[in-house]
Amino acid sequence: MTTILETPHDETPQARAHGVAQKRSLFDREILRQAMIDAVRKLDPRVQVRNPVMFVVFVGTIVCLCYCWSQPSVFVISITVWLALTVLFANFAEAMAEGRGKAQADTLRRMRSDTSARRLNDDGSESAVSANELRKGDRVVCEAGDVIPSDGEIREGVASVDESAITGESAPVIRESGGDRSAVTGGTTVLSDRIVIEITAERGQTFLDRMIGLVEGANRQKTPNEIALTILLAVLTIVFLPVVVVLQPFGRFAGAPVSVVVIVALLVCLIPTTIGALLSAIGIAGMDRLVQRNVLAMSGRAVEAAGDVQTLLLDKTGTITLGNRMASRFVPVGDVTESEVADIAQLASLADETPEGRSIVVLAKERFNIREREIGHDFVFVPFTATTRMSGLDWGDRHIRKGAADSVRKWVESIGGVVPPDLAPAVDEIARQGSTPLVVADGARIVGVVELKDIVKHGIAERFAEMRAMGIRTIMITGDNPLTAAAIAQEAGVDDFLAEATPETKMQLIKKEQEGGKLVAMTGDGTNDAPALAQADVGVAMNSGTNAAKEAGNMVDLDSNPTKLIDVVEIGKQLLITRGALTTFSIANDVAKYFAIIPALFVATYRPLNALNIMHLHSSQSAVLSAVIFNALVIVALIPLALRGVKFRPSSAASLLRRNVWIYGVGGIVLPFLGIKIIDLILTATGAY
Amino acid sequence: MSFALTVIALVVGLALCWRFLGAYLVAVYEGRVRFLRFLERPIYRLLGTNPDAEQSWQRYALSAVMFSGVTVAVTYIFLVTQGHLPFNPQHLGNVTPALAFNTAVSFLTNTNWQNYGGETTMSYFSQMMGLEFHQFLSAAVGLGVAVAVIRGFANRGKPTIGNFWVDTVRGTIYVLLPLSFVLGIIFVAQGAVDTLGGPVTIHNSLTGVTQVIALGPVAFMEAIKQLGTNGGGFFNANSAHPFENPTGLTNFLSMLSLLSIPVALTYVFGRMVGKMREGVAVLLAMTILFGAWVGLASYAEHQTNPAVAHAGVTYAGVGNTEGKETRFGDTSSALFGVSSTMTSTGSADSAYDSYTPMGGFALISGMMLGEVSPGGVGSGMYTILLFAIIAVFIGGLMIGRTPEYLGKKIQAREVKLAGIGVLVMPLAVLILTGLAVSLHAGTVGPLNGGPHGFTEILYAFTSQANNNGSAFGGLTGNTPFYNVTGAIAMLIGRFGVLIPALALAGSLAAKPVVPAGLGTFRTDNTMFVGLLLGVIVIVGGLTFFPALALGPLVEQLSHGRFW
Repeated sequence: MTTILETPHDETPQARAHGVAQKRSLFDREILRQAMIDAVRKLDPRVQVRNPVMFVVFVGTIVCLCYCWSQPSVFVISITVWLALTVLFANFAEAMAEGRGKAQADTLRRMRSDTSARRLNDDGSESAVSANELRKGDRVVCEAGDVIPSDGEIREGVASVDESAITGESAPVIRESGGDRSAVTGGTTVLSDRIVIEITAERGQTFLDRMIGLVEGANRQKTPNEIALTILLAVLTIVFLPVVVVLQPFGRFAGAPVSVVVIVALLVCLIPTTIGALLSAIGIAGMDRLVQRNVLAMSGRAVEAAGDVQTLLLDKTGTITLGNRMASRFVPVGDVTESEVADIAQLASLADETPEGRSIVVLAKERFNIREREIGHDFVFVPFTATTRMSGLDWGDRHIRKGAADSVRKWVESIGGVVPPDLAPAVDEIARQGSTPLVVADGARIVGVVELKDIVKHGIAERFAEMRAMGIRTIMITGDNPLTAAAIAQEAGVDDFLAEATPETKMQLIKKEQEGGKLVAMTGDGTNDAPALAQADVGVAMNSGTNAAKEAGNMVDLDSNPTKLIDVVEIGKQLLITRGALTTFSIANDVAKYFAIIPALFVATYRPLNALNIMHLHSSQSAVLSAVIFNALVIVALIPLALRGVKFRPSSAASLLRRNVWIYGVGGIVLPFLGIKIIDLILTATGAY
Repeated sequence: MSFALTVIALVVGLALCWRFLGAYLVAVYEGRVRFLRFLERPIYRLLGTNPDAEQSWQRYALSAVMFSGVTVAVTYIFLVTQGHLPFNPQHLGNVTPALAFNTAVSFLTNTNWQNYGGETTMSYFSQMMGLEFHQFLSAAVGLGVAVAVIRGFANRGKPTIGNFWVDTVRGTIYVLLPLSFVLGIIFVAQGAVDTLGGPVTIHNSLTGVTQVIALGPVAFMEAIKQLGTNGGGFFNANSAHPFENPTGLTNFLSMLSLLSIPVALTYVFGRMVGKMREGVAVLLAMTILFGAWVGLASYAEHQTNPAVAHAGVTYAGVGNTEGKETRFGDTSSALFGVSSTMTSTGSADSAYDSYTPMGGFALISGMMLGEVSPGGVGSGMYTILLFAIIAVFIGGLMIGRTPEYLGKKIQAREVKLAGIGVLVMPLAVLILTGLAVSLHAGTVGPLNGGPHGFTEILYAFTSQANNNGSAFGGLTGNTPFYNVTGAIAMLIGRFGVLIPALALAGSLAAKPVVPAGLGTFRTDNTMFVGLLLGVIVIVGGLTFFPALALGPLVEQLSHGRFW
């Protein structure tokens, strides 16, 4: 199924550092510079109005600016400056997140630089056209060295293609007409041979174009959760407006009029500016983290859904087990010795280039030091066919075969051999363990069985245990019989399995899980996976797969590594947690700000209120200004957290919540008390207040 | 009864109410109690409703609003024409339009704010047909809406939430009428009056003083006043009047009955959503808040009144006894006060204006938390569920899941509705208080100046916007300004929460249920209780801290630190 050549599947995502997602340091100098410029550019009211929380700060700054004009003082000017900085810091956070995407998009755009294409006309002649002029359905020819002009399906020929521009994977992949590996992507390079490609995407809608749009966040839509959170933040902002506005009549009634500048300052401190400023940066950075791992999400919604997934459907091959089965044991039958079985099995496999065949040769050498022999040219290789279900070779008058138990037994009986009585128990025992028995015969004599074992990936059981702790059910999908499937499922530690799976049963399984209200994620690459990929809430298509699969899924994994589904889930969760944690932090901060500002406002009239000044701030002005400065600085301080995401360890909901409530809830209450006090001390030291 | 004994008896009594009244309520609203079928049927026929047809939230809300509109108009007409109506032995004149408007709205909204003295303003007919009628039905409506909202959580993809008319009728005839009947009998037995006869004139031949003792149909109104968390008493002195609250037993039963239905509703919640632990979690949150506020108020009232001490007056015994019935004492009065303010009842057996500043702080802040611990009949339950939605949303985000509450996904619409429902009350209180302190019509109201006068105004709007109805006192409320602004506060406080709650119910009802797993945010453990409490206290604190600082807090601090 998978066509990647020599791609070790268990490579950690962190180890990859190329492709679309060039790793950049969080504070890449180039991005920083650009973000600073963009932060100023975003002061445009039309941009500001999109974020209700920051828009209030923006308007407040303008109000204070008017006061700077009419009644200038050090205090009013300082407040105005820090309010303006608050807006700029928020802009900067968003620009930083966008900048990282833009840098990636630029890399991709360079690839798209106009290529010329050889369009195949109906009469068979070729005409050179610009890639821009290609329409859906056009056929183009590509030969070694050509850049494929646009997305398409190979109609003729086979070629090795360098897809490193998209995937960052330097090893070339084989693409051929027909079947599941006929899709090619615009911007990749043909390394050998000649292929005819039918264009399947209009200009501007190719995979590359969509990728550029995605990483740039140009057509980023708010996700459902983000919308819900924006509403909550807007409601909080709307509520704090009258809370501070009525302080003016309240103050007048008490004989302590409150200045408009202070009211604006208090309002800005109370409304959830921290999360309001960082919200879009968190969303963009979440997408960016996926791109860093070479996964492209077609929508933010899909990333969020990934965090909610309760059932993971995982293909056995390539995800849970290493791609191929490996010979692990020789079991002799009758009076044959183990090394004799190894010897004959090796002979049967010498000309067999399948991975299974190679593994037999390797095992024979490891166990019994049986070297590869030069058997000359007087042999005939008997390839595996679906009807015979055997392979082997005829060497002189020796007919050596290996294959499925039934087939070999029938073949032996047909040429007059006798089946040893201990063959059946040996075959059964191997099947029960989830391995595949391969019976070996030398002519009419059955010598033994080779156990072909599915090798469960190293560390996969631990990952499934983590999933379980997070409340996610893992289901293994395999074409194997139920007996084999059960044994592998047990070894890998999945919660359930679907044996003898067909596209239909897969679809049924997804629907059944969804009926129970669960969100389902799956990976797939073949055209026959497309309906299931579309049905699943999160469908991760392998880049090596067909265009149909890629269209149906809502994410594409450029590395074609199905295990990455688990990473995707974790990134989705991390995105949500970051938002929740900073929201809690933002609201919790208000407690300390009240204790700073309220006593400061009315202490002139009501001396006793100084008892509420538990931070012992120096003066009313320094108290208000300290709160405003803290409020602005905390945005900057949290930009790295917003971009990186909060630390996430897979664990149960209860322990995650406990941890985050302590850090961001209780911490959010305590920290500003310290922060405001320190800023107050510094302000006092300047002597201006 | 000593304070400790009262508390223990209250806890035991409420535990029994929770279990048995709760189970009975479930049976009533699931339609399993039917012994008054012969009464129900003709009522439905009269209303023209099919009792088996369930309503969407829109129809349910529309029915509630229509019903309220008609009944409030009828009460208004009764009040402004009472001089021409029967059962008026004192020949009291018509109520002025502004006062009639405020009073009609007040009883409609289960507030029972009284800008009048009952025995000198309202005829027996007005008391019974105008006001007591609403005491039953406003409680029945609240109860019905709470059950409808619970149905929203319990339904699996069925968009209807019950039938308003059926819920209201059943709540009245199966729950409120029978319970009030029993309670009224006990009150009569304890010495509360209940008569249609006019006031008694007593001439003391020794002193030569002639006294008029007001009487009236008091005892049964008293029963529904407490049971329905209404709080509007027959007499101006409310539960401090010996004819309304004659003995220690009636005082205890008053507290028990006003807490009973709100507490029992958490059982209904647990049962109807199929997980009792969920109901217990909500009850626990309510209990912790309630307990903390009782502790604060009783402690404050057990201190010497700083103002009295300041004046150089010394008196025997401890505690702030000013404005309290000696038969109830300081701490028990505080317990009654907190029970009444935190259930949106508003009945009182002591004068809140005379509480210590911190005692007054406990009363006013108890209401500012949104009347959720345990809150009014029905309204407490549906309001705390709105807070729970917000707690679940924030908590859910912190564990990386699209938040769910009882398997229902909490999305933009739910957050919006819960946000409106939770925040409409603080907005109404703050804006109207701001208006009152800015206008001459408002500033002439309070009898005191400075922080205490500010508290008197703030308390009035807090009480009305929370549909509580308790009066701090010291505010001349029967003016066109306070009658109209108060009515606005009450209407916003009632329908500004009730309608979003029903809309939420409708939206939740239509959603499928997501099965719970290890990764699900649990709402039946102490962590959630803590989070819910945090949201309630932080929302209340953040919105009201400045106002409280200028009122009771500064008043307390000017007497020295409380702690």
